Amino acid sequence: MAEIVIKNVRKEFGDFVAVRESSFTIEDGEFFMLLGPSGCGKTTTLRMIAGLELPTSGEIFLDGEEISQRPPSQRDIAFVFQMFALYPHMNVRRNMSYPLVSQGMPKTQVKAKVAEVARILGISDILDRPVGGLSGGDRQRVALGRAIVRDPKAFMMDEPLGALDAEFREHMAEELRALHDRMGATTVYVTHDQLEAMQMGDKIVVMNNAVVEQFGTPQQVYDTPATMFVAGFIGSPAMNFLTAAGGIQAGATEVNLQDHSLAVPQQHETSSQIVFGVRPENVSLTDAGGFRGKILATEYLGTTQVVTLETDAGPLKARIDAQQPAHVGETVGLRFKSETVTLFDQASGRALRSNLNEGVLANG
Amino acid sequence: MADVILSGVTKAFGKTQALKDVSMSIPDGAFVVLLGPTGAGKTTTLRLISGLETLDAGDISIGGRRVNDETPAQRDVAMVFQQYSLYPHMSVRDNLAFPLRSPILQTPEDEIARKVEAIAQTLQIPHKLGNKATELSGGEMQRVSIGRALVRDPAIFLMDEPLSSLDAKLRADLRIELKRIQSDLGATLLYVTHDQVEAMTMATHVGVLQDGHLVQFGTPREIYQNPSSLYVASRLGLPRMNVLPSALFGGDHKGPQMGLRPENIIEGGGVEAQVIRAEHLGDQTRLHLTLAGHAITTIAAEGRTYAQNSTIRIQPKDPLYFDAQGARIA
Repeated sequence: MAEIVIKNVRKEFGDFVAVRESSFTIEDGEFFMLLGPSGCGKTTTLRMIAGLELPTSGEIFLDGEEISQRPPSQRDIAFVFQMFALYPHMNVRRNMSYPLVSQGMPKTQVKAKVAEVARILGISDILDRPVGGLSGGDRQRVALGRAIVRDPKAFMMDEPLGALDAEFREHMAEELRALHDRMGATTVYVTHDQLEAMQMGDKIVVMNNAVVEQFGTPQQVYDTPATMFVAGFIGSPAMNFLTAAGGIQAGATEVNLQDHSLAVPQQHETSSQIVFGVRPENVSLTDAGGFRGKILATEYLGTTQVVTLETDAGPLKARIDAQQPAHVGETVGLRFKSETVTLFDQASGRALRSNLNEGVLANG
Repeated sequence: MADVILSGVTKAFGKTQALKDVSMSIPDGAFVVLLGPTGAGKTTTLRLISGLETLDAGDISIGGRRVNDETPAQRDVAMVFQQYSLYPHMSVRDNLAFPLRSPILQTPEDEIARKVEAIAQTLQIPHKLGNKATELSGGEMQRVSIGRALVRDPAIFLMDEPLSSLDAKLRADLRIELKRIQSDLGATLLYVTHDQVEAMTMATHVGVLQDGHLVQFGTPREIYQNPSSLYVASRLGLPRMNVLPSALFGGDHKGPQMGLRPENIIEGGGVEAQVIRAEHLGDQTRLHLTLAGHAITTIAAEGRTYAQNSTIRIQPKDPLYFDAQGARIA
């Protein structure tokens, strides 16, 4: 299969810059997610890898070969779209055979290959059915099958589950990931759904406004976000941002939040105005505690509940055990898991280096 | 505001039985969420209450008044749809005022102005009142269409997946906002969704629909902790409840099938299971296991790493038992 290297790739459409100089590496066999809000450039990036768009500048290597200006047919990449387009007048078998027949593969080989792929996808029993009467899931499997039969070097998927309802999407996401684990093919997957990216991806690239904000494993991106955008985009609810009074010096291990001194991981950088970032599950409610907040709302989620509070330093959400009492209108003390706190430079939105994130952000 | 009572409500479309003998009482001031997959009968229930469809059998009463034969306008209900339908050529102010200018209501203009202003405050869009509807973002448009229902002060609000076309962040904000508005106004609200998070977080009562039947009605906590069937149990909870043959863990059991929430699978002791994959979601790590050919999802212990294909020992805690058909036994 394939390793894909993206080097300083840029794409302009007229005056509009869709992707600014971006670089990252997709390793052989990885399930790789391109994540970001609509308009961030993720689909354009995917289309450049597939050859559906040509980059304005920069290089794309597929297994060491520079392919950025080659037509899609010479790249040996399969593309799966959001709307799974099947030939409506053909049955499942002929839909799946089509890419092989058009390559001129002998009939007996085509038959064997289609049978093999159908077995992997669990659709052997519907091979002779017309595609018209198929369920959404089976249509999706047939569309995947048509991509897989060609044995391409890599798969490109553009929100393939976007059109499905929540329950079914969850099911197909697991199925896709299990399929990838069996086949081990390099897959690049575009989504705007952060949970999908966290759930399925080996690595995630987070894009915003045509720029790669961060590149790493789901856990790195979640625990040690490189920017406020990443911290706010990933996680549900997202990371809390509290306004600190003033800045911080390199070497500090405490920060002043509305006249309360709070412990933070030792800082390696200096900033004149900082933002205090803490994930909701790292906030707990206590009876004591100097830093306090008033409960505005509670949302029950079964095992946990999300509590929305108002504090002197801004709004805050805490994810706590569903059994712990929390009443709207009450004022409670707040405690933060200090070793998980990220401080950001307010002007640039960039995370300040600290003992928590130095190792991860140094090579990003 | 008023309570709404459905008794023996039945509706078919041709050969498709959309609702079968549904009885439900929506108390005054309640936030009732109807939950179920596509085709369960959620939207049909809303349309029957609003009068957009007529009943085959049964009764609907609003505030003690039987409304079976009343037109939608006479029933005094306000409906919000998934797709915001605003008048594109009108300003936000005129869109909000439109329902009040209906000939049936005969509202004086100064009162309209006062009401529109108050609703705009509640929805935090007073600075947008002069804008054209087309100059708003998606979230603002949906707020205006909710606002257009709110200005009317109807007997009940009926909402059909009003948040589903919005992005995740905005949906989370509007969830809290809608809940706040509802409790501030003391409004009675019937809300349809297939999103379990919306049901869990906003509802005072959840009604679960299955193939046109109302199979359980209760508070979110009751539905989560004490589901009446496997179907109900699998509607709530992320990740979903594991359904396993009770014999899998040996020992005594009270029925053939066991329902185990992921958080109720305890590591250490018990039987051996193989690790398929660990999913790091940040706030939790989900562990996918296989045990004698059955897939199991659990929440992993914090800070532990799990190698693929390694084995761990697991045992159930507080399982729920179901019979072969999926009805709850214990």
